[in-house]
This record gives sequence, C-alpha cells and structure tokens, in this order.
Amino acid sequence: MADQTLDAKGLNCPLPIIKAKKALKGMSPGETLAIESTDPGSVADFAAFCRQTGNELTSSEQSGDIYNFEIKKS
Amino acid sequence: MLDNANDGSNSKSMSIIATKGTLDWAYPPFILGTTGAAMDMEVTMFFTFYGLGLLKKDLNLKMSTLGNPAMEMPMMGKHMAMPNIIGGLPGVDKGVTAMMKNMMAKKGVASIEDLREAAVESDVRLIACQMTLDLFEIKDTDLIDGVELGGAATALEVAGKADINYFM
Repeated sequence: MADQTLDAKGLNCPLPIIKAKKALKGMSPGETLAIESTDPGSVADFAAFCRQTGNELTSSEQSGDIYNFEIKKS
Repeated sequence: MLDNANDGSNSKSMSIIATKGTLDWAYPPFILGTTGAAMDMEVTMFFTFYGLGLLKKDLNLKMSTLGNPAMEMPMMGKHMAMPNIIGGLPGVDKGVTAMMKNMMAKKGVASIEDLREAAVESDVRLIACQMTLDLFEIKDTDLIDGVELGGAATALEVAGKADINYFM
C-alpha cells in the first residue's frame, strides 16, 4: 500500500504532474505516492517528471482506461 | 521550490517570455512554467506587451477565430473552422471564448486562473515589463501581488543563465 494516494482522474496536462508534485512536497523521503490518471499523456510525463526530479517511478501500469503510477519520494 | 534540492545535478532553470494575452495563447507559457516548477526548475516568466494582461488581478481572457484558419473546433463529430467573415461579427468572439472555456472544463484542462495560482505557489518568478505598463497605462496595483517590475536587461540577464529559453 502506498503511503498516499492521488486521484488525478479526469484531469488533463499538466494538472496530474502539478498535483503529484504538491502531494510529494508534503511527504518524507522513502514514502510512496500512488496516482490514478485517465490522461494517456501522463505515462510519458510521469516518467520524465521522475527522471528530472530524481524521484523513483516504482510502477507504471494501465488497467482499462486508468493509468496507475507509484512514485517513491527521493 | 528548493524543497527537492537533494540532487543539485538535476536542477535546471527556464526563462519564458510571454507576449500574448488571449485565452488560447495564455496556456503555453503557464503550462510550461508550472510544469517546470513542478520538475524543480527555477522558472522565470517575463510578461510583455499583450502578455502583461495575464498578470492582471481581473483576468477576463478572450479569444478570436479571426486570422486563425488553423483553429478547428470539434463539432458534431467533425472539425469546423470559422470563416473570417463570420468571426468578425459582433458577439462571435464572446461565443467562441465561452465555447472554448466550456470545452476545456469538460476535458479537465486547468483554467488560467488555476495555473497562475500554481505558478505563484511554486515560487515562479513573475516579472512585468515596465515599459508595457507605461505604454498601455496599466498601474502595478492592477497586477497580482508578488510581481516584480523589470525591463529588457532584467529579462536578458535571466535568459543568459537559463538552460531553457522560450519566447511565446
């Protein structure tokens, strides 16, 4: 189970990233954030976001129309 | 914005010059500015000419189809462009603006108000062009709080140090 969850369903670029960043800001290193999104663009964007910020994208999966991500705060 | 300064090697800076003040053109600078800040970049946005309006307390952004034949709106399963001769009629801009805002809300696209708030919250440096204030007789009290005033030299000093420079 992730330490925190973010429902970004229905939101379009760049809101999932901005909301994820906001959530990560309040978390401690090592904690995980689970994100649900419906934006197909968020697959590439969360990968880029994590490469740039140094946070770890521990999971990126699709189930139906939902994209699930898990980010471990660095 | 420096909360994630644990890895200095990743830190980049970005400078954006925003020159346009219509609803559609307000998006690229604010989307990239807020996303850059979310990605731990040090972001500066310089607002000049019509872009200065994006810093006004009262945002009432409008758009027009005039002179933009590339603008095709999804309509009844097709894409429709507005002929210029119709786009010039009174009230059409208002209607097109309302249609665009409606479509954006439906598709989960942030409002400019929200993106601007996110920019302020994430410590994006916002600079208003002093010359534009003078030229169009806009008072700095008409602008949101936290805006700096500056000129071309200020913009260029930032741009010279930035990893990414955009003119929009």
